[in-house]
This record gives sequence, C-alpha cells and structure tokens, in this order.
Amino acid sequence: MKMDMSQYLDVFLEESKEHLESLNQKLLDLEKNSGDIAALNEIFRAAHTLKGMSSTMGFEDLADLTHHMENVLSDLKEGLLEVNSQVVDILFQCFDRIQLIIERIESNGSGEMDNSELVMILEGIKRGNFQMTTPTTGSVQNSKQEESLKKPPYSNTSSFEFNQYDMTLMREAASRNFNSIYIKLVVDSGCLMKSVRAFMVFKALEEDSEIIKSLPPAADLEEGKFEEKIELLVISASPSSELEKRLNAISEIKVMEIKEIDLASLSPDTLPEANGNLISGSQDLHKESKGMQKGHKVKQTVRVDIDRLDVLMNLVGELVMHKGRLEQIGAISKIAELNETIEQIDRISGDLQSVVMKVRMVPVEQVFNRFPRMVRDLAKELNREVDFLIEGKETELDRTVIDEIGDPLVHLLRNAIDHGVESPQDRLKRGKTQKATVMLRARHEGNNVYIEVEDDGAGINIKRVMEKAVEKGIISLKEAELMSPEEAIQILFNPGFTTTENITDVSGRGVGLDVVKTKIESLSGEIFVDSRPGQGTRFKIKLPLTLAIIQALMISVSQEIYAIPLGSVDETTMIKSEDIKAVQNQEVIVLRGNVLPLFRLASLLEIPGDVTKKDEMYVVIVRKGERQIGLVVDTLIGQQEIVIKSLGRILTGIPGIAGAIVSGDGFVRLIIDVATLF
Amino acid sequence: MDEMINLQSEEDLSPDDGIQVVAFRLGKEEYAVDILHVQEIVRLLSITRVPRSAKHIEGVVNLRGNIVAIINLHKRFNIASAGEVEDKRIVVFQFDDLKAGIIVDEVSEVLALNSKDIEETDKVYSSMSSDFIKGIARLEDRLFLLLDLQKIVE
Repeated sequence: MKMDMSQYLDVFLEESKEHLESLNQKLLDLEKNSGDIAALNEIFRAAHTLKGMSSTMGFEDLADLTHHMENVLSDLKEGLLEVNSQVVDILFQCFDRIQLIIERIESNGSGEMDNSELVMILEGIKRGNFQMTTPTTGSVQNSKQEESLKKPPYSNTSSFEFNQYDMTLMREAASRNFNSIYIKLVVDSGCLMKSVRAFMVFKALEEDSEIIKSLPPAADLEEGKFEEKIELLVISASPSSELEKRLNAISEIKVMEIKEIDLASLSPDTLPEANGNLISGSQDLHKESKGMQKGHKVKQTVRVDIDRLDVLMNLVGELVMHKGRLEQIGAISKIAELNETIEQIDRISGDLQSVVMKVRMVPVEQVFNRFPRMVRDLAKELNREVDFLIEGKETELDRTVIDEIGDPLVHLLRNAIDHGVESPQDRLKRGKTQKATVMLRARHEGNNVYIEVEDDGAGINIKRVMEKAVEKGIISLKEAELMSPEEAIQILFNPGFTTTENITDVSGRGVGLDVVKTKIESLSGEIFVDSRPGQGTRFKIKLPLTLAIIQALMISVSQEIYAIPLGSVDETTMIKSEDIKAVQNQEVIVLRGNVLPLFRLASLLEIPGDVTKKDEMYVVIVRKGERQIGLVVDTLIGQQEIVIKSLGRILTGIPGIAGAIVSGDGFVRLIIDVATLF
Repeated sequence: MDEMINLQSEEDLSPDDGIQVVAFRLGKEEYAVDILHVQEIVRLLSITRVPRSAKHIEGVVNLRGNIVAIINLHKRFNIASAGEVEDKRIVVFQFDDLKAGIIVDEVSEVLALNSKDIEETDKVYSSMSSDFIKGIARLEDRLFLLLDLQKIVE
C-alpha cells in the first residue's frame, strides 16, 4: 500500500529547490578552494537530506542518484578522494540532473528518469576508476581499487585512511615534536577476551600517547567486536621502537607493523590546499566547526502563501486609503480629540504598512544565488576567464520585483561575459589581467534599489554600434554624424539591434536589450549604460523598493484628477505663457539654462473639451530616463501616499497609464506612467 | 432532509437543459446573460474615464476597493440609451480572473429559459454584431438576445 504523499509534494519541491541551490553554491565554493571543509560538509548534508526526502516521497530514481552522489561526497569528505575539476564537473552534472528530475516532478508528478550513465560515472569515481589527471596518479597504483590517493604507500594491505582532520592533528603533533605512528596489531586467534587485550593495548599506549584513530572503532574494540586485526593511529611522545616494545609485552598481542608517519612525504603532493590554514591545529578546527554550527542555526520562519501576503497588503492599502479620508474629515471638522486619534491611527497604520512591506521584502540573494553557477558554465563554454563578484546580496526588494528581475539580469550577465569580456589572450595583449572581473552589485539608496552589472572588458564600440544602426536603417547616416556617444549607446535598446558578427547561442550584444529595458520599465524602473572603451561597461538598473504603495503627486487637468509617481517628478514650477517657445513645432521652455520639451497633459490624455489658455500655468517637471520633460497641468493638489491597483486584464498595456488608485473620497484615479506617456 | 427537498424544488424551477438568465434592457431591446457569470448588479457608480482606451470602454469604477472596467454596450451595438437615469444599473460579471461590468438601461428580471425556446443566432440574425450574440430566446411574445459575455470582453 502506498501512502498518499501528494499533500507534501509542494513542500518537497520547494525544499528540494532550496537544497539544490545550496548544493550549487557550495560546490562553487569548493571548486574555488578545495580545502573548504565547511562547504564540503554543507554539500554532504544537503545531498543527504535530498536523498532522504526523495526516497520518502517515493522518487526512487532521484533517491538512487543522490545516494550514489552521497557515496562520492562521503569519500571526498573522508579524504579518500581528491576534489578536482573532474569530480566537480560530474557533481555539477548530477545537480543539473536532479534539477531536471525535480522539474519533471513539478510538471507531471513523475520523477522517473534513467540516470544510469551518471550513476556509473559516480561509481567509477568511487572505485577510483575515473581517469584522474593529477600527477600523483601514476605513483599510487593500488591493488585495491577503493584505495585513495591519500593513502600512505605502506598501508597497501589495510583499509586505513587519513582524512583532513587526521592530517591536521598529525601536523600539529609534528610541530610539537610528537611522532605520528601507525600501528598494526594482531590478537592471537585463540584469545578469549579480546576486549581485555584491546583495553590493555589502549592502556599501554595512553601513558604518553594519544590514539587519534582506530580501526575497528574504539567502541567496537571495547566490546570485543573485531576479528584479529587492529589498526591504530597514534600520536606519541615516544619513538615507535619504544611503543613496539611496550605492546609486544602484552600477551596474545603481536605487533605486525609499526611505523612513524613521514608527514613531509604525505602532505605536499596529496593535500596541496590543506597547508597553511590547517596547521593552526585541532583546537581551532573545533572552534571553527562550532562556529559553523552556530551560523547554521536557522532563524525560525513560517512559510506563507504569497497570495495571503497580497491580501494582507491589499487590506493595509485600504486602511491607508481610509486613513487619508479620515485626515480630510479631521482637517475640515477641526475637532482636537478626533485629530489626536487620527494621529495615532496614522502612526499605527504607518508602522503596519512598513511591517507588511518588510514581510514582502526578500533579499536579492534569492535571484543572485543562481548566477555564480551560470557565470561559471558560461565562462567555460565561451573560453573566458572570469572572476565573478557579488556585492550587497542582502539588499532587499519587494517580492514582486524579485520575481521579475531575474531574466533581465541573466541577459545583462550573458552580455557581459559574451561580449564585454575579451578572451584571455586578448586581455593579455592589451596589458590587462588574464582574468576578467564581472561585478554584480546591489545597493539601497533612498526609496530605490540599484543593481549594477559591470565588467572590465572592452567596452561598447560606439562606432560599430552606429555603423550597424545605419546599416539596419535604424538611424540615417546624417543622424549618426550628429549623435553623441550617449545617444548612440541608447541605440542598443532599439528592438532587434545587434552588432555581433558571429551570433553565438548565448546572446548577441543588443539582442534582448530592448526586452530588458521594457521589463525594467514595466517594473517602474530605469536602466542606464556607462561604457568606456577598453575599460569596461556598466549597466545600472534603478528600481523602486516596492510597487504596492508609493508617494505620488496629485494633479488635476480640466475635471480629471491624476497621480504622478513622485519617483519620476523632479520639481514643479509655474511659467507664463510668454515663456513658452517653439522649436520645430515642439513647445519648449528654458529652465535654468536647460531647454525642456513641454507637453500639455490635457491633450496627451485626450481630455475632452477646450483647452483653456491661461497666462500662468503649472508645470510638473518629470524625468524620463536621463531627459527632463515639462507637463502642463491645471492645478497641483498635493502629495499623497497611494496604493497602486491594477486596472485588470481588459485595460492592461495602455501607454501612459500605470494603474489606478482609489482615492479617499471613493473615486478611482489613474496613475500616470511617465516612461510610456510620450 | 429539508435541504434535499429544497434542492429538488429548485431544480423544478429550472427546467432540464435550460438556463437561468438575467434579463435587461439596452435602449428598447431586451437582452439576457447567463446568471452563472453575473456576480452582482449595482447602481450606477461614478465612472472614471480611462484615456487612450478602446471606444467601448466607458471607464473604471471602484467596487468596494476593486477596480472594475465598465463596458458600454450602447456604443458597441450603436444603440441609443433610453429610460430614466434612476433605472440604470451596472451588471458586474466574472470569468475566471476577469471581472468587468456593463451598463444597462434597466434590469427587468431573472428568467428561466427552456433550451427549446432558444434559437441559434445564424438562423435569425446574420447581419448584425452576431459575434456577441449566442442566441435568441422567445418567451411568450418577448424576444431576448442572449449575450456572449466572453466575446464581449475579448
């Protein structure tokens, strides 16, 4: 009988994805620093949990694959295998496969997949059959296949191996002039109380030595649960000859092999990365692992359906709206007590709002975490050498923005690696470091979050951009001549523009940049480019902290009232009709020496009725990208906190309209989207 | 048991293969929509014009905090509005995640229609905006045009 697990499926899927993410991330860490025990432990733990979960859920293929993976990982952990690029590659392949299986489970509920080829490779690695290209391979050709590279040559007949921890202890010992001694004992086959003999061995050794490892484990020895052979790793103040003498004095015990371990012959080849930081000793290691555990103490959290948060947000929105209405009433009625209460409500609703917003905020880490892996793969594929740095991944953004920002960033990162960064040879030729740096940076500034993708590659070739644009008929030759470099860069965002001569499957510079721009703008964000020839390119994305509640300037035109998000308002001013000049049929005004185009909101919004000509008029200076534009309105009503609502499916995509609000008096007012208004 | 009986009697009201409709007036003509899609019928709320939208979109209203688009069928079908302003209503309907309202001149009643009373559109009505008409129902001497709401919002 099979238990119905379907109700746990969601949890399973979500948690698997989380584990997979951490697997990918930690393996990257491990690849960078193969001595990173913490990362290895984390990988092992995640893989182990994944195995347990999948077998509980009955996804046997997944469980089987993770089981084999775990075997290899466990050998890596024990130091039986070496962390090298091939093992890492195979593990990455396994992670990809796991992801595929999880995706399948998600889409059709079946996790069946034939992983035999991966399992075979994994088993091969475990047996040591896998072709290692490290130079040490030749010297250690053991009869037993499971024996690892790290095994001392003399222990051919044993199954005793040293892991990182043992190595550390031995080094520590060596630094204090203690000897690390390997002992192999045989208990007489006729011996009746083997446990007593073992105890006597321990006692004899513990006078001036410490047993750091034994096979079988000490617990088994104490209970006499062993055949005849005992293997020990001992750190001792005495030389091996002294110990040998002592042990041989115990009846029914015979020393088969005793040897002082030469660390020098062991470490340099086999544990290249383990030097240095591990010498500090066992205490530190203990401390480290303790500290790690502390760091792993997970904050108590509850998983909440995002829909419920949306409902909560809506309710808070309503509250804020009615608070606005109350304030209006309070201002009119001028009752002191009422106003006091309103102040209280104002404070509480403000707090409530910020709490709800915070609940919806998630660190950009969620998106950023999948990039290191992507960059690594891409760099390998394209033969680039890239250092990928992430800064400020703890920066928080609204959930809705986070969900949308991933794809544009993928585009930008791909562009940076494919086109920004030169090949290692080219870089050397130009006197740059062989390894390029790609930076992904997030930071919080006022009510906005900035995300930057920066490379130190060749920069954008503006001349080529212009040539291509002319070729494609996007601009005329004459226009190209008059164009400033800044304007030319903007061509990149033109739909369908690309300068790549040989289009790879990854991206073409420019392909998709228009999509990126559209996406960012749909999030009420903006994108800027900054490029220096030979020094690199930087794409800067500016995003609002949240899309739900924003500050807006309320204005009126004729009888209609509109809201303009304060984020796109630079200032308001009053002009006289004689200030308006015309340039090529376009009204303009001069504001502090700058010429700005002037638009009448009434005609942009097709407001019925005559446009009244007045001598004086209010102008809202809005910012679209890097440009300032003047908007003529009738009155400025004031600043207000607004809760953005969607206009619904029927009315989506109207240029210039970002959404609607319900104002304090119950009317619907529309929000002007400056980016698409003109 | 009581409930069972109630259910039984309700089924008696709606005849086999028939539908219940909300009947309303647009100008002088009588129309009807399937009651299953109708969410509510409200008095005329103040409608905010949406610039740059399609001609037949009257605007949006605030329905208890939700923004609902209002469709003007008079404009769509070229029918002159008639009747008292007092009688005008908004019929709010919903499909899946799509909510919208239509302005009607008067809501007359809820009717149970027999499927044999409903005729296919193309038999009687090939000329006009038959795309939006599902069929024509005859009840005694009255004629009702059955609207296809889904087509109207598309």
